[in-house]
Amino acid sequence: MPKNNGKKPMPRAKKGTGKRLIQYIFSHYKAHMVVVMIGIFVSGLASTAATFFLQRLIDNVITPGIESGMDAVWGKLVSTITIMASIYGVGVLGAFCYTRLMATVTQGTLNNFRKDMFQKMQTLPIRYFDTKAHGDIMSTYTNDTDAIRQMIGQSLPMIGQSVLTIGAIIFMMLFYSIWLSLLVAFVIVVMLRVSKKYAQASSKFMIQQQKSLAEEEGFIEEMMEGTRVIKVFCHEEESKKAFQKINEQLFEDSKNANKAGNVLMPILGNIGNIMYVLLAFVGAIMVHEKVTNIGLSGVGLMSAGIIISYLGMARQLSHTIGQVSMQVPLIAMGLAGASRVFDLMDQEPEEDEGYVSLVNVKNGSDGEMVETKEKTNQWAWKHFHKADGTTTYTKLEGNIEMEHVDFAYNPEKQILYDVTLYAKPGQKIAFVGATGAGKTTITNLINRFYDIPDGKIRYDGININKIKKPELRRSLGVVLQEVNLFTGTVMENIRYGRLEATDEECIAAAKLANADDFITRLPDGYDTMLTANGSQLSQGQRQLISIARAAVADPPVMILDEATSSIDTRTEALVQRGMDNLMKGRTVFVIAHRLSTVRNSDAIMVLDHGHIIERGTHEQLLEQKGTYYQLYTGAFELE
Amino acid sequence: MIKTLLGSVRQYKKPTLLSPLFITLEVVLECIIPLVMAAMIDHMAGETLTPIFKNGAILIVLAMASLYCGRRAAIEAATASAGFSKNLRQDMYFNIQDFSFSDVDRFSTSSLVTRMTTDVTNVQNAFQMIIRLAVRTPLMITFSVIMAFSINVKMALIFVFILPLLGVVLFGIVLIVHPIFVRIFRRYDAMNNSVQENINGIRVVKSFVREDFEKEKFYEKTEEVRKDFTRAEKILAFNNPTMMFSVSLSMLLVSFIGAKIIVSTGATELTTGELSSVITYGIQILMSMMMLSVVFVMTIIARESANRIAEVLEYKSTLTSPDNGKKEVLDGSVVFENVKFKYSKRSKRFALSDINLEIPTGSTLGIIGGTGSSKTTLIQLISRLYDATEGTVKVGGIDVKEYDLETLRNGVAVVLQKNVLFSGTIYENMRWGDKNATNEEIEHACRLAQADEFVQQFPNKYDTYIEQGGTNVSGGQKQRLCIARALLKKPKILILDDSTSAVDTKTDALIRKAFLEEIPDTTRIIIAQRISSVQDADNIIVMDGGQIVEQGNHEELLAHNGIYKEIFDSQTKGKEDDKNA
Repeated sequence: MPKNNGKKPMPRAKKGTGKRLIQYIFSHYKAHMVVVMIGIFVSGLASTAATFFLQRLIDNVITPGIESGMDAVWGKLVSTITIMASIYGVGVLGAFCYTRLMATVTQGTLNNFRKDMFQKMQTLPIRYFDTKAHGDIMSTYTNDTDAIRQMIGQSLPMIGQSVLTIGAIIFMMLFYSIWLSLLVAFVIVVMLRVSKKYAQASSKFMIQQQKSLAEEEGFIEEMMEGTRVIKVFCHEEESKKAFQKINEQLFEDSKNANKAGNVLMPILGNIGNIMYVLLAFVGAIMVHEKVTNIGLSGVGLMSAGIIISYLGMARQLSHTIGQVSMQVPLIAMGLAGASRVFDLMDQEPEEDEGYVSLVNVKNGSDGEMVETKEKTNQWAWKHFHKADGTTTYTKLEGNIEMEHVDFAYNPEKQILYDVTLYAKPGQKIAFVGATGAGKTTITNLINRFYDIPDGKIRYDGININKIKKPELRRSLGVVLQEVNLFTGTVMENIRYGRLEATDEECIAAAKLANADDFITRLPDGYDTMLTANGSQLSQGQRQLISIARAAVADPPVMILDEATSSIDTRTEALVQRGMDNLMKGRTVFVIAHRLSTVRNSDAIMVLDHGHIIERGTHEQLLEQKGTYYQLYTGAFELE
Repeated sequence: MIKTLLGSVRQYKKPTLLSPLFITLEVVLECIIPLVMAAMIDHMAGETLTPIFKNGAILIVLAMASLYCGRRAAIEAATASAGFSKNLRQDMYFNIQDFSFSDVDRFSTSSLVTRMTTDVTNVQNAFQMIIRLAVRTPLMITFSVIMAFSINVKMALIFVFILPLLGVVLFGIVLIVHPIFVRIFRRYDAMNNSVQENINGIRVVKSFVREDFEKEKFYEKTEEVRKDFTRAEKILAFNNPTMMFSVSLSMLLVSFIGAKIIVSTGATELTTGELSSVITYGIQILMSMMMLSVVFVMTIIARESANRIAEVLEYKSTLTSPDNGKKEVLDGSVVFENVKFKYSKRSKRFALSDINLEIPTGSTLGIIGGTGSSKTTLIQLISRLYDATEGTVKVGGIDVKEYDLETLRNGVAVVLQKNVLFSGTIYENMRWGDKNATNEEIEHACRLAQADEFVQQFPNKYDTYIEQGGTNVSGGQKQRLCIARALLKKPKILILDDSTSAVDTKTDALIRKAFLEEIPDTTRIIIAQRISSVQDADNIIVMDGGQIVEQGNHEELLAHNGIYKEIFDSQTKGKEDDKNA
């Protein structure tokens, strides 16, 4: 039973979701489901048969027995009981089979859903994650799958069985008496109306409750995150008052939602009781007035026996309807959940039409590069040319060219205008500029988190749109300002950069990133478990680990996006020395707002609202006495 | 634990008690109804209609009464459980407001959020279940057994035999399944955590091309959940057939014995109608048993949540305001005397040691030091966000522990490193500093903090709505707004904990200049990474490893040729080179 934190109100399910869900279940568990359906059918029939059992016993054994004595009916008694016992036996067996199989089917289906969703999620473009609230994606894995679990695990079998029972009872009712059935039909219509009214009210309040729950959760989250600020400003009383208001709303909605859900059962139950009385009245009058009874069984006089069995059936019928009505909201929620799960599974994956791949090469006899399966630490782009059917190998060097790149995340707002730059292997290129100037966007384009039209960006002379995305990204090391670590040891987190790296290589990378010192002081050193995105470490320490992670990957091109922003300048200088060693002969892109970080770059690009307004070395830019100069001298203005 | 939780029922005692009361009545009625029905059936074949009408009328009255009781019980239960959970959340929230920083650290914010949401929902559901069913089912069993006995002892005994049998099986199943469920909870968390990490870290996953690696990791986890959950559900799958088996067995036995009795005694000891009543009662008993096992499962599941809630409710903050604390901060002087500090008793190393420091009122102190040198820890002792482990911290010549906490914190404004703005307009956010601040005062404070200029550029100016977490302003803008908010408190001491790191150096200088000109009497303590942010301070301390290692003004520290000089050089090397060139 996963956490149900009800983040989102339940919108209605898309049309066809139910059908698709059933198909999905069947596609994986056809044989199981066939047996399950047989099981439901058998146990449903058995429990319906039980309804008529007592009536048969009374009509065939007890009533004649009272007159003719025990001996005359003994055989009949034994045979009736035996028949019933075997029917029950089969019913229990059926129920046992289908509940156990359903456990496998339900959990297996959920597992398939999760796997399919996760698999799909991994292929989705970054744009999807940038535009969709992460809480929403998360809730398809938690709330939605849980709703599906309830629906297919509990509601569906129950409804299957109930429908069977209701059908059988209605048939038997018609069999006995059409007159009384008309009365029952009338009462059922009333019951359905009442159910509908309450079910609607219930789901309305339910949605409201989900909404105010989400609101309260948001509020609590915000206040807990800001709890230090609350203390510093002595704002406790105000925050209590604001909380009370929201909490009161949640109370009202939760109360109403529960009320509507709770009262349905007693109401339906007692409508059933009243129906019982009505049937008894009408039946007794019919018997008394010797009204002709018409049933599927034929025409005859109304008898007490008919009424008694009829009453039993009526009771069972109202009970079953009550049960079904309790399942309706669960099914609605399950379908809405399934609809969202399918929605995630239907998302368009990231396109990759690339065909140039990265291969190990060695020098052949004539100095040519030859592809090899060995690990040579020499890489080349394998480029197959469709036009003439030849394959060429280009040495992986880390040469990046961008020409006249324009870019917009959405058509209304252009981010980059005519950006052109050349980064030669071994060069360090820096981007400087205000938040929103487009620095990060440039790197998003280089590793193709976002795509632009052909030919504007080239890697070692190859149009990056022709390079397979995974291979392209493997050749780029990225260290982002916002560090994401994974649950696991420090060592595992560093090894994330290159899975086959040895412990020694990981430690060497950590030393390079100047992280070895603090890691060895952690309680378990490199084996310290990191949880919750490494929350036990400071922001600076987490950045050092992420630098080590990128260093172990040892890529020809490295992108450092504010990678050292939370590290003090002294440590940063040490890290940089290490990085400079590592990056000898490779290309580095650096984004930083701290100018000391970018000073020793081969070229510094000053970005302003998507335009490169200045470019050059530190010295050249100072000479230009432009924006960079102003930024730089700003630090020393008060000297 | 239960007692602590029940303390939160308060004004909902009435519905909490009324609900079981109405349920009791409903149960009584539900037990009488089959009896009357039996009487009616027995007269069905009779000559006159009178007994049928009479019993029918009684039945209708009973049904109406039962409807009323059932409805009331349902409503009271809904009110009681919703009210109970409201109070639980409120009590937790209020108690958390009194937590100190170290208390919040102890629980962690994410855990507090879970406790106030998911855990409370679990307890609310269990509470409703308990007040509705915990009374209903035992009552139902008792009444039904009594009724069955009153009709026919022999047949009632059948239930008495089957009941414990069913009970043992049902509760046995629950006990076997419980530890599996506990494990499932943990595995579920791990699985969800993995999803969360992948959503948040998707850029890292894609950058390192780790999609398949992550998929394998996730498959492993979801497979574990599937295995355990399937196991648990397969065991639970015994519930339904066991129930059906018990019902069938008792039906058969009752029918067989009943038929024998009726036939052999000529319907004197037992009538046909009574036989059907006994069966009705029997099924009720067994159904109730089933319900009881459901309640049992719910309670066990909710127990874990209840414990976690009680932990928060019972927690007494370690840092409290003294009775009759001093209500006025005289001046902005700060003194540290032999202060030592560690975050928890278990820590081996002190985060701060041998701190002796005097900060005269109206002066500026700069604090410089590497990542993890305890700069933040030091300043947090001033406004008693933590208490010093040893030694004393004095503000205005008086030990901080003697101040009324609110007075102290109003006198000492801290702009935190991890600062937040709250959802609301800029005006609303600013009024955190001073509830009664006029718009002019707010704009003035923003001008001092160099925030006015960019606020004026927003289409809605000061009425701009700040999103949760302040996501719609840049880091530097957020920092400036936070400084303005602190200024509105008109504090005696203003502490900036690396609060201008995202602000460009020029604006940073303007802010400091404004401080000097506009609030010269306020003591200013500035933690910074940039030398330029502190170099004009009256006194600068350099921290390393939780100690003050260098102290003096800019020139003195440069002359000392220590860490400060090293940092200075690292930040200005290029500049010096330029000069030399």
